[in-house]
Amino acid sequence: MRPPDQIKITTPHMGNLHLLLDDLFGRLGVEYIKPPRSSTKTLQLGIKHSPEFACLPLKINMGNFIQALDKGANTIAMAGGHGPCRFGYYGIVEERILRDLGYEFDFLMLEPFSDGAWAFYKSFASLSAGLSIRRLWKILQVSFAKGRAFDRLRKRALMVRAYEANHGDTGRALKEAEKIMAGAGTAPEIEAAAAASLRLIDSVDQDRERDVLKVGIVGEFYLLLEPFSNFDLEEILGNMGVYLERCVWVTDWIAPRRDNKIFGYPKQMIEEKAAPFLSHNVGGEGRETIGSTVLFAERGFDGVVQLLPFGCMPENIATSILPKVQQKHDIPVLTLTFDEQTGRAGMVTRLEAFVDLLRARRGGRRIIAAPEPAPDRNSCAACERKHVSSCRF
Amino acid sequence: MASTSSGTTAYLGIDVGSVSTNLVILDEHARVLGAIYRRTQGQPIKAVQEGLRELTAVIADQDVEIRGVGTTGSARHLTGVIVGADTVKNEITAHAVAASQVVPDVNTVLEIGGQDSKLIILRDGVVTDFAMNSVCAAGTGSFLDHQSTRLGIPIEEFGDYALRSDSPAHIAGRCSVFAESDMIHKQQVGARVEDIIYGLCHALARNYLNNLSKSKELLEPMVFQGGVAANAGMKRAFETELGVEVVVPAYHHVMGAIGSAILALELELAAGETNFKGFEVTGLNYETSTFVCDGCSNTCEVVRIKVEGKTLARWGGRCGKWELQDGAARKTRAKV
Repeated sequence: MRPPDQIKITTPHMGNLHLLLDDLFGRLGVEYIKPPRSSTKTLQLGIKHSPEFACLPLKINMGNFIQALDKGANTIAMAGGHGPCRFGYYGIVEERILRDLGYEFDFLMLEPFSDGAWAFYKSFASLSAGLSIRRLWKILQVSFAKGRAFDRLRKRALMVRAYEANHGDTGRALKEAEKIMAGAGTAPEIEAAAAASLRLIDSVDQDRERDVLKVGIVGEFYLLLEPFSNFDLEEILGNMGVYLERCVWVTDWIAPRRDNKIFGYPKQMIEEKAAPFLSHNVGGEGRETIGSTVLFAERGFDGVVQLLPFGCMPENIATSILPKVQQKHDIPVLTLTFDEQTGRAGMVTRLEAFVDLLRARRGGRRIIAAPEPAPDRNSCAACERKHVSSCRF
Repeated sequence: MASTSSGTTAYLGIDVGSVSTNLVILDEHARVLGAIYRRTQGQPIKAVQEGLRELTAVIADQDVEIRGVGTTGSARHLTGVIVGADTVKNEITAHAVAASQVVPDVNTVLEIGGQDSKLIILRDGVVTDFAMNSVCAAGTGSFLDHQSTRLGIPIEEFGDYALRSDSPAHIAGRCSVFAESDMIHKQQVGARVEDIIYGLCHALARNYLNNLSKSKELLEPMVFQGGVAANAGMKRAFETELGVEVVVPAYHHVMGAIGSAILALELELAAGETNFKGFEVTGLNYETSTFVCDGCSNTCEVVRIKVEGKTLARWGGRCGKWELQDGAARKTRAKV
């Protein structure tokens, strides 16, 4: 590893993770090179330099790394982990590909805290000269408090967008709110900024009379967290008048104990809810997808949307179990698979139809109010159910 | 015939899909006054204009007043801008609406189009579940089209060929590549072309059911619609695979258009309230172009539609700054 004062660190994009990292690396005194926002170009670079059979998140990661290295980064930090999902190998594969491409960089694999506190500490100590365990712990605590505040802002925006009176107001308020939040340094400042920024989102002009649908979003974590990978699905649904909650958040996902402060339901509870359908870990978020769907159903949500990258094994297992949950808890589930396609029309069509379905189920509007049967020789009354070629209605 | 006179109240429905463009005119009892089915041939605007022209010829002897217009299909937004639609709906809802109009107690709708296939489950006239496939080409009409070209048999005759078979050849249906190599194998060892075609119908039906029907309860009455429903071999293959009677409506090929016309009818617009721009749009000159916005790193591709040199609509950006409809930016959000 380079000496800490020469490190220019980068990481992949994942939703609002960069806001948390900006703060964390700032406190550690490391220069953070944020990759350019994920774009079509990022994806194209990633596709070009990734194994064809790898899933979408890896390809976007690769694009992020290449763009960040080209921007001057010299150190890559990537999450490790294990479990029956390809994610554990991402870092290793990505490092090898980048080295083959001729990039010079240090690679820092961050293994989960639960895999060993000492290794976890050593990773951070290599970034910051003279970092004590005590100081790291303090920094992590305050940075995480800020990260959670960022997550809460996005969570609130998902709830408010369905009611917004003027198209786009929530998005603009969220941007402002994140700016307020980013400026907060000390713990009391963070607390004050969190309250002020939440108020800003709540102050968006809203039509509370609007009849909104409630939909829960479940699935593979990266697809849920990174709007670029899911074609801004949350914004599209929000604009259709759908109140949203999702079961995975950045700080929930990286927190060591997975008490899911943002989602509001700890991992253990989700697992209990999943147990009648799936009683063991199948890797990734397979079990969480099932458990969270049950939770949303029990809370009276109108429907659930499941997102997964093409070829994701844990989510595919969940997909095949979800029809049972759907039946038992009487909740419609829409499964959407994402890959490197760039056209979002297919997704929008399915979402529109799903929203129509949910509205019809509420009884707000039946799909069809059959017009008066016509007293006519072409009428169907004569032929009963035999609507064959001779019938003209 | 004029769109503004006080003739018979009528509703126009337009379904512009990847392969076909369908237009219908319904009266106020949702009966078909005229229907047009034509190929899109990669030019949706031209297809709509030509289709409208054909439609005016079909209803030339009737005095109709268009009270509402609905569009659907993958080019529904584009078409909506061009003709002035009152309702723009996705094709799943449109197909369900049309099916429950033809068979009011329908429980299952099988729909196979050119580029995608859908399965819609209804209970008491309400859609309760659906599945849509657009990833697997083996489950759609395009594959049949491709095979008809390869075999030199017009697609319209596929059904007759299939019905002459009493022992369908087994064709692998999981993937169009496997299916094609299986078909070639069967043909080279001397299987009758009738048996191969009927076998292909079975393969398609199996592929459809495997991909879409996952744990869904397929109850009768069952309606089969979409362009592929014209193929009697497919109807028989579904009936054999499922063991139930499958109903193919007379207007099976234009059900999406019928559905969108019914949705326009349900808006209950008063005379003159429609956005319809009239049949004159067939004579206007539309130009579409795309450009890449360099405002941020998203580098969105923005589509611009011009009519007679004036910008009519723009869309495609992620942020919404280019969004333009009927020459005006969208400020307030649509009523839900």
